[in-house]
Amino acid sequence: MADAAIHGHGHEDERGFFTRWFMSTNHKDIGILYLIVSAIVGFISVAFTVYMRLELMDPGVQYMCMEGARLVADASAECTPNGHLWNVLITAHGILMMFFVVIPALFGGFGNYFMPLQIGAPDMAFPRMNNLSFWLYVAGTSLAVASVLSPGGNDQLGSGVGWVLYPPLSVNEGGLSMDLAIFAVHVSGASSILGAINMITTFLNMRAPGMTLFKVPLFSWSIFVTSWLILLSLPVLAGAITMLLMDRNFGFTFFDPAGGGDPILYQHILWFFGHPEVYIVILPGFGIISHVIATFSRKPVFGYLPMVWAIIAIGFLGFVVWAHHMYTVGMTLNQQAYFMLATMVIAVPTGVKVFSWIATMWGGSISFKAPMMFAFGFLFLFTVGGVTGVVLSQASVDRAYHDTYYVVAHFHYVMSLGAVFAIFSGVYFYFGKMTGRQYSETFAHIHFWMFFIGANLTFFPQHFLGRQGMPRRYIDYPEAFAYWNKISSYGAFLSFASFILFFGIVIYALLRGARITQNNYWNEYADTLEWTLPTPPPEHTFEILPKQEDWDKPHSH
Amino acid sequence: MAHAKNHDYHILPPSIWPLMGAAGGFLMLFGAVLWMHDITAWAFWAGLVVVLYTMYAWWAEVVAESKVGDHTNVVRIGLRMGFILFVMSEIMFFFAWFWSFFKHVIYPMEEYIGTEYMAPAIHAVDPFHLPLINTLILLLSGCAVTWAHHALAHDNDRKGLVQGLAIGIALGVAFTALQAFEYYELLAHEGWQFGGDEFFSNFFMATGFHGFHVLIGTIFLIVCLIRAMKGDFTPEQHVGFEAAAWYWHFVDVVWLFLFFAVYIWGTSGM
Repeated sequence: MADAAIHGHGHEDERGFFTRWFMSTNHKDIGILYLIVSAIVGFISVAFTVYMRLELMDPGVQYMCMEGARLVADASAECTPNGHLWNVLITAHGILMMFFVVIPALFGGFGNYFMPLQIGAPDMAFPRMNNLSFWLYVAGTSLAVASVLSPGGNDQLGSGVGWVLYPPLSVNEGGLSMDLAIFAVHVSGASSILGAINMITTFLNMRAPGMTLFKVPLFSWSIFVTSWLILLSLPVLAGAITMLLMDRNFGFTFFDPAGGGDPILYQHILWFFGHPEVYIVILPGFGIISHVIATFSRKPVFGYLPMVWAIIAIGFLGFVVWAHHMYTVGMTLNQQAYFMLATMVIAVPTGVKVFSWIATMWGGSISFKAPMMFAFGFLFLFTVGGVTGVVLSQASVDRAYHDTYYVVAHFHYVMSLGAVFAIFSGVYFYFGKMTGRQYSETFAHIHFWMFFIGANLTFFPQHFLGRQGMPRRYIDYPEAFAYWNKISSYGAFLSFASFILFFGIVIYALLRGARITQNNYWNEYADTLEWTLPTPPPEHTFEILPKQEDWDKPHSH
Repeated sequence: MAHAKNHDYHILPPSIWPLMGAAGGFLMLFGAVLWMHDITAWAFWAGLVVVLYTMYAWWAEVVAESKVGDHTNVVRIGLRMGFILFVMSEIMFFFAWFWSFFKHVIYPMEEYIGTEYMAPAIHAVDPFHLPLINTLILLLSGCAVTWAHHALAHDNDRKGLVQGLAIGIALGVAFTALQAFEYYELLAHEGWQFGGDEFFSNFFMATGFHGFHVLIGTIFLIVCLIRAMKGDFTPEQHVGFEAAAWYWHFVDVVWLFLFFAVYIWGTSGM
């Protein structure tokens, strides 16, 4: 019956290269473009951190010298520390990862490709605007890279103000670089908002006949909730950075106390966006993980309805906890108490999700394929990050941990490891579907173990460093912190090696991977609509809308 | 491509506009940075031209598509939904400016312990003078647009449609003119400054962004007027006009908040 849903199978693709990839109005092609560009930007951003970890491997500054950045330490040559370069790299890493890697990969890439397929829509609601989202993302990335390479503060290239762009630092940073960074964030925000409008409309207006809201697959739900977070939080950020722009260039004083302004105001507005942003990053990952765990446990996901409501609850709560990022700015005790309690409440829906995933596996027939390995990794790492998050939510404990490596460890566990493991899980899960070729299971397992060990080696010691009191964002540190920093750096190199291996796996699979001909190459618990389509799907899918029996399986609800 | 379409959704052919618009946007913003640092203004203007042309060409294409019947019932629902969502994102944009404004009126910096900041003496504005007149003008303009909408939707009264829109636009232009006059008076004669203090920062950015949205809304309505005079829009199908009217009402509501907050609360007590 499934094949009846596919019309157009066997059509030759007649589009030229430029027409197909540069003028696309096809959600699947745009999804692929998103994944490719975010992988490239991700590589740049990771390369920055590897260089930073190299610098942090030993006390003292050996690589980032005023005399010129080095790749090999040279004890015989003079080295004056170049803190600006360090600051630029750390800023660029944050901005690129936040705005130009994880959201585009999960929301733009997987969201574009699979959300319409899962709900049986022939394309997005606004296919042309979809492509505008993608090209604005590229324009924003170009502005961000231009920002790193253009004249900035301290008579050097780039801006070193941290990805949060706090004033007064961001207002006083000289040169073009900071303004380019601000516009980069504006453009990426516009791209995401247009994408969110598109996703919400598609979700609400184009579901397959019979697919009521609470029959929609979890990944599509996660994209839907994420879209709302983007739609409502990113414009607020746009306002905040416009204020920065005015302060910088036109003598306005939104954040300058000399003119009655208030730098703390910026922090509030930024984090009003910034906290939902955290969930924008992770929610689509939740969706992917749900499908992966259900598939490889050969069981429908445990507690579908609570899973949906947990996503909604997390999305809502994400908007009312922002000031837990700024306990130390001098808020009243009542404010701190409120934000602390509200933050801890988020652990409840998150717990619902984690336990539901575990319950899905319970009694299941688990196969340890690469996507499932990454889902395991996600589950472990995200839980560790979540638990340290509960620790950090305590305003009193945060007094000690604020701006230490403990915070760095925490948010890398949830984002770098949680979200990125979800991305890899999704890539391996869907690679065959998207390309028609299969990756090498052996090498994918090697990739997993290298990355899992590497990432833990990188970030777990940072908890210790934070507890010892090592502050974030410094190029150098005293001898006392040397031991765990060394181990952390080894972990970073191992992770980087795994990343290169991943590119190798992908390229090999694209060129030589085993061809897949089945529609559903996993098992019958991969029961959403994308698995009823040929592999890879034709240019146009669902030209005859799917019938309810194609997707409404008895075991799924 | 000879494939049959068996659903009512709108599947589009490839289009150059997204790439062109994004390239224009990049050039415009890169140019804006160059301009702000006194290097050159050319890149900005060149980028702006590309962006404006793309908007024109793109939306002209959308109008053409609507005429050949691509905008089925379900597509029109989607378009409306999309536009409402866009307006919601705009509301959240103003949320940031109001946040800044409210913060500064409720917790002014001069009341913080140890501050050396003294709020400048600012010539107070009587909100029940020009600002009130402007409020009435904008609300009337909204009424006129609603009149035009009813004329079209209920009676297919083309004359009422065109007249209502024309009056709405005229009132919108009057609003902008009076607002410009007020800015001029404040800046040239009342000693207000464009920036330099948090009050001026909040006042000019909040009302300025509102004014910018009024301009966009006016252009949107003018496009609708031209289309109406050329015979576009039917009582059943007029998404473009509906969107323009919604946008206009959104601009109205933002102004009401500005009037009560920034004008009555913010400027009169000084």
